[in-house]
Amino acid sequence: MATISIRDVRKSYGTTEVIHGVSLDVADGEFIVIVGPSGCGKSTLLRMVAGLERISGGTIEIGGRVVNELEPRERDIAMVFQNYALYPHMTVFDNMAYGLRIAGKTKQEIRDRVNKAAAMLQLEPYLERKPRELSGGQRQRVAMGRALVRDPAAFLFDEPLSNLDAKLRVQMRLEIKQMQRSVGTTSLYVTHDQVEAMTLADRLVVMNSGVAEQIDTPMAVYERPATRFVAGFIGSPAMNMLPGTVDRSGIALESGRILAVPEAERLETGRRVLLGVRPEHLKLAAANEATFALGVTAVETLGADTLAHGRFEDSSGDFVARLPGDAKIAAGERLPLAVETGKTHFFDADTGLRI
Amino acid sequence: MVEKRGIGMIMMHLVLIAGIAVVCFPIYMTFVGSTLTHLEIIRPPMPLLPGPHFIDNYAQALASGVNAPVGRMLFNSFVMAMGIAVGKIVISILSAYAIVYFRFPFRMLAFWAIFVTLMLPVEVRIVPTYEVAASLNLLNSYTGLILPLIASATATFLFRQFFLTVPDELLEAARVDGAGPVRFFKDILLPLSVTNIAALFVILFIYGWNQFLWPLLITTKPEMNTIVMGLKQMMPTADDYGNWPVTMAAAMLAILPPVAVVIFMQRLFVKGLVETEK
Repeated sequence: MATISIRDVRKSYGTTEVIHGVSLDVADGEFIVIVGPSGCGKSTLLRMVAGLERISGGTIEIGGRVVNELEPRERDIAMVFQNYALYPHMTVFDNMAYGLRIAGKTKQEIRDRVNKAAAMLQLEPYLERKPRELSGGQRQRVAMGRALVRDPAAFLFDEPLSNLDAKLRVQMRLEIKQMQRSVGTTSLYVTHDQVEAMTLADRLVVMNSGVAEQIDTPMAVYERPATRFVAGFIGSPAMNMLPGTVDRSGIALESGRILAVPEAERLETGRRVLLGVRPEHLKLAAANEATFALGVTAVETLGADTLAHGRFEDSSGDFVARLPGDAKIAAGERLPLAVETGKTHFFDADTGLRI
Repeated sequence: MVEKRGIGMIMMHLVLIAGIAVVCFPIYMTFVGSTLTHLEIIRPPMPLLPGPHFIDNYAQALASGVNAPVGRMLFNSFVMAMGIAVGKIVISILSAYAIVYFRFPFRMLAFWAIFVTLMLPVEVRIVPTYEVAASLNLLNSYTGLILPLIASATATFLFRQFFLTVPDELLEAARVDGAGPVRFFKDILLPLSVTNIAALFVILFIYGWNQFLWPLLITTKPEMNTIVMGLKQMMPTADDYGNWPVTMAAAMLAILPPVAVVIFMQRLFVKGLVETEK
């Protein structure tokens, strides 16, 4: 167990910089999830911590020791790969025992540790099988077992659940969380799935184009997204964004229409902003209390919720409202909607930063 | 696969049987010849059924042969073929490992240099190779038979292609597990290459066994002859009439080791194919 501290870490391939100075302090035993769209550099960052990619700039410390120039094996970490990377010619037992054998542990200790991990992951009946005789979920468990037996300073997970089907993913997500809780090992977890990110993380790192846009707890990221990108990336369906200008009585949209948003009073008049409203923070209202009316173009009924898609007057983007499942809505209607108080977000139109 | 029934199936089998007969008949005749006396062979028509001299002929071939005992020549051939096959595999798997998994200056140059030698068969470089072997006192030695034939661009290339298909994550997982380059090679890469090694071994063993020109040049003493060149020398030339039964017995003995290698390695080879996960 250890802290991890990443200071202004950069990565360049040739002259192209792909990670532009990420800093992050991970407390002992903390579960950090790095989330972002593909190509944002999240895996590269993780691989630099693992020692599989060279660090172009900045420092990475694991347990107070700078590891920039250390081989992966000297960093005291264990990694779980997306495609499991199990050794196909070894049994499950040997797969888990391999690292311990290299570390020169005694036979007895290896057996004890592997059996303990196998019991934890319910892999006991499969110890003598080869990886190809296992299902996807079992292979994933073996990959986790391989990390677990090492008892490392940190676990690194590189999209470990993306090769599993949806149901298994939910189950394994819980298991990973429980496992991490019970052993209390510092963990870095990379994913592009925001549900995984939200449910697993003690703190989230939202990355975009090589920059950590926000580092905070899942709820803080959801409630106070630091940038326009984070606002759009976390939350499903994505946050609705309306470009406009701050006016004395609210937000003036491009069409000239003015939305009465009381929270806009704190902003200077005439500033160009993006108004963000999450679909779930819209509610049906009586016509005279509504902030605006939405022309519904499509309805998705999900059972628990009903999603109303619409065009917002003349603005081009899709606008979504998440309404209760029993709401009776049909395409073509005009829905009077109100924004829940205090649930609006403002972003600077030019920088995308939260105001 | 198309499943044939009735007439189709019978026809299919007839064609197969005919093909097997065409291939096997000369071998059968050689076997028949190796059980007759010299006179019976050279007086037409040659009998189609084995005669009673099996043991005599084979004993004579193994113990004394025509110029050199076949037993000795078989042993020489076996040492040479094993040496070439094992040597080629060891050298090419190591060079492929270096080329695929290590970054060093002139890596691609090294690869292309090896690859280009594919275009140069032994015969092209045989005179300078002989010169070198002779000045190193390698004539009439097993080292001389094996060493000059041991480099293999083909095998290097095959191993390189195989290594490129091994997922990078395996290497990364092994590195995280604490395996250095030697351990990764020994514990992960080598076991995964078993199928390829078995297939290559079969091909290279037969290649080594069938070498003719190089052993002919490098060996001058009869006791260093290999079986393939020995067979050629046993063939009757202009003014002698040779010893056909012994020659044919030698020919039968000469095909046994390659056949044994194919049969034995094929089992391993098929097993490997079935076990390999793709």
